[in-house]
Amino acid sequence: MDAQLRRGILDVCVLSAIKNEDSYGYKIIKDLKPVLELSESTLYTILKRLEEAKMLVVRSAEYEGRLRKYYHITPRGLRRIEEFKEEWKELMGVYSFIAEGY
Amino acid sequence: MKKSEFLEELRSKLGGLPKKDLESRISFYDEMISDRMDEGKSEEEAVSEIGSVDEVVDQIAGETSLVSLVKEKTKPKRSLKGFEIVLLVLGFPLWFPLLLVTFILTVVGYFLIWILVIVTYVVEAALLVGSFGSLVVFIGSMVGGNPNLIALGSFFIGLGGACLFIFLCIGATKVTVKLSKAISKSIKSAFIRKGN
Repeated sequence: MDAQLRRGILDVCVLSAIKNEDSYGYKIIKDLKPVLELSESTLYTILKRLEEAKMLVVRSAEYEGRLRKYYHITPRGLRRIEEFKEEWKELMGVYSFIAEGY
Repeated sequence: MKKSEFLEELRSKLGGLPKKDLESRISFYDEMISDRMDEGKSEEEAVSEIGSVDEVVDQIAGETSLVSLVKEKTKPKRSLKGFEIVLLVLGFPLWFPLLLVTFILTVVGYFLIWILVIVTYVVEAALLVGSFGSLVVFIGSMVGGNPNLIALGSFFIGLGGACLFIFLCIGATKVTVKLSKAISKSIKSAFIRKGN
């Protein structure tokens, strides 16, 4: 798959994984497992990118005597998911145009 | 492997990354391993699920741009002292040619890698030009009333050769692209690993 397209899809997948409630790294990987296999280093890069784009914020909370980072989606992140859905609808239109063989 | 060993080895092999980036990655892997252990996995198991240190280093090398690695590498660890600046200015005739040579060598290196591809395309172009040249000669001789069959033959031979040769061109390009990618990846790995 085209690298740029893949990156865009991965970003929105991770955003969706924290959409309903804050989540942490390992949980995100587990939640996404049925849909796609993410390696730790890939997830790290995505989280950093989303944080820089202000689509999520990070907070550290104590858990079992150690610190764990929780990721919280921002309004901008939520907007990104909606935008993605819109873009995808458009793309599906293009897809059926291609698939029907015009 | 114990978690602490894994993180120590990772830290030493990622020495080429900016310090802040390095620490945040280490704590990320730390958390990932701890979370797996909290789920009931043994320490060994949790560490092995992350993959080997070398695999992790390769993945990170693949995701980091060469520019940021070189920047980190060439960034002075402390600000320059007055006499060092004087030395740098006085040493200009020495280090500038060295820098230039390094740059030229890099360009030449790339050129050498691509030369095979360039040659195949040149041959392809020569075959095409030659065959159409022959065609022109043949048409000219026909108009003159005395068809030159040798020219017609060399038109077909050239055209056929060009059709076959295009596969070699494509093959050589593919192989070379792969090779360049592998080289750039190994350069990046070397930068990340050789931190301090």
